[in-house]
Amino acid sequence: MTDLQQFIQSKKEGILNIFFTAGYPHLDSTLVIARQLAAAGVELVEIGMPYSDPLADGATIQQSSEQALRNGMNLAILFEQVKQIKEETGLRIVLMGYLNQMLRMGEERFLQNCRDSGVDGLIIPDLPMEVYQSQYQELFGRYQQAISFLITPRTSVERIRLADRLSSGFVYLVADNSITGKITDDFSPRQEAYFKRIRDMQLTSPVLIGFGIRTARHFRAACRFAQGAIVGSEFIRQLSGGVDDEKIRRFVKNIGRKP
Amino acid sequence: MKNPDEQGFYGEYGGAFVPEMLYPNVAELQAKYLEILAQADFQQELQQLLHAYAGRPSPLYYSGYLSAKYGGKIYLKREDLNHTGAHKINNALGQILLAARMGKQEIIAETGAGQHGVATATAAALMGMPCKVFMGEVDMARQAPNVARMRMLGAEVVAATSGSRTLKDATNEAIRYWINNPEAYYLIGSVVGPHPYPDLVARLQAVISAELLEQVPAHSGRPLPDKVVACIGGGSNAAGAFYHYIEQPDVQLIAVEAGGKGIASGQSAATSQLGSIGIIHGSRTLLMQDADGQIIEPYSISAGLDYPGIGPMHAHLISSGRAQVYSINDDQALAAGVALSRHEGILPALESAHALAVLPELDIHPDDITVVCLSGRGDKDLQTYLDYLHIND
Repeated sequence: MTDLQQFIQSKKEGILNIFFTAGYPHLDSTLVIARQLAAAGVELVEIGMPYSDPLADGATIQQSSEQALRNGMNLAILFEQVKQIKEETGLRIVLMGYLNQMLRMGEERFLQNCRDSGVDGLIIPDLPMEVYQSQYQELFGRYQQAISFLITPRTSVERIRLADRLSSGFVYLVADNSITGKITDDFSPRQEAYFKRIRDMQLTSPVLIGFGIRTARHFRAACRFAQGAIVGSEFIRQLSGGVDDEKIRRFVKNIGRKP
Repeated sequence: MKNPDEQGFYGEYGGAFVPEMLYPNVAELQAKYLEILAQADFQQELQQLLHAYAGRPSPLYYSGYLSAKYGGKIYLKREDLNHTGAHKINNALGQILLAARMGKQEIIAETGAGQHGVATATAAALMGMPCKVFMGEVDMARQAPNVARMRMLGAEVVAATSGSRTLKDATNEAIRYWINNPEAYYLIGSVVGPHPYPDLVARLQAVISAELLEQVPAHSGRPLPDKVVACIGGGSNAAGAFYHYIEQPDVQLIAVEAGGKGIASGQSAATSQLGSIGIIHGSRTLLMQDADGQIIEPYSISAGLDYPGIGPMHAHLISSGRAQVYSINDDQALAAGVALSRHEGILPALESAHALAVLPELDIHPDDITVVCLSGRGDKDLQTYLDYLHIND
């Protein structure tokens, strides 16, 4: 079992995973935000590696990536920042990025950098499960990197089982068959039926629900069906005016509040 | 190899590197495209449309001017004479029939110069299907006549406002829309994207070389040409012109990329020379990227060639040595386009002008037969040509 899985299993429920883009809104915001999230009680973060062509992201995250790249963000800086975050905060860190970023650096060197800077796991939406299985599984293991695969409402039972088998972090349940950042007020009955269907499959991997989680109601609902949820676009929107520690603290508190 | 393996690979290039959200869409197409393409009634309907609607076969024209200037016998494959003015209609008609047979109700497409957008809007109008064309905001401004044509045809043109607001961003936006609207049919315009698109588009454009197999002997008395020349952005007209000759080693395949302001200028679209292996739009291929794998925005005077990748089939043909690649700069293409207009009365698209401009760089023997794929007509580029000639009044 990977450290990440151990952590999630030990928490069991109510896990809040906050996504933010490295280098946004300012190049050095990454560390500032991570510190504040840790201070607000968050234990797991997902850090986006800004990419020029983020196919699986919605407009909000894409814009934050563009800004981060304009700020001069690159992988060398990112790994330095992650290292500092890990040392200072002990946060569990998952990096989210695109396959080309890993290929360009060289898969092994990339994974080595992840391990050395304290990354716990990766989410690479455009890395197909079959390719991971045939080419990368052993390498990820060698560098203690947990991988988390996505499933959507349209993923077949067979592929859900494959995602469960291959994921060594968590199964990332995409709440809606759409791109991140879509605005809805509540989960639809259809979404809840889908969450329930997945819960009833009793996967061996922990499950976190992401995409469109904006409010405490979403978060609570997600936690009824899974070990926790991932908040991305809505948190990025909070940062657009600049990093404000009071705002971040309030945001985390609000999302996680009891009814 | 003219077709990829079952996973969509041409050697090490190709594949389908798509997020899980797109997996069912792509898998559905992978499962159905070969079967539908092989159906007799599909082929019959397509051939009928290509003939009576698009005007095929496109003529093979012997250019006395080019032959006298560069040697041997030089022929132009006149894709510019197709309905909508370019080879793009071959693919649009084929895919829209495929979409209809798959029960799809809505068509989406990306476009750079607008030629594929116009072809798709045309095919969608013909079939009575709603159509959205994604186009970079920058391209919408510089190709305004094609935006107007698409709207006239009833298509909705959606501005891509992200990134550099050109073709690659229009493609990203189209893919995003597809993720959110999986029932739509995504009609890709070039031999790019996840498997099966490169193979699907190549098979539909292969009509170009299928006709050449008959036209070249009829015109020249020889079974095969010595050289086939085509420009490549993504590479769909080149894929079509090369297709039936790929396994004929005596036919030299010449791919011409857009050098922009020069390969070393930092403003270029010579992907195979400036690029390295990576993933773009779901395909492993050669692409222009920086040290971190960020995709670099290419530059060419031709909006149809400024794509930062090339189709995986071409990446394979080029890196295996089966095809030779040249790059032609903006000013060379402009000069070649003007020359063909003045001496042959044929105004070529700037994309096609790149293919013409490579002729002086080739080693052409007096008895060589050379075919240049004249992929499109140049009306859309008139203003650019006039600016170059300083004829503005």
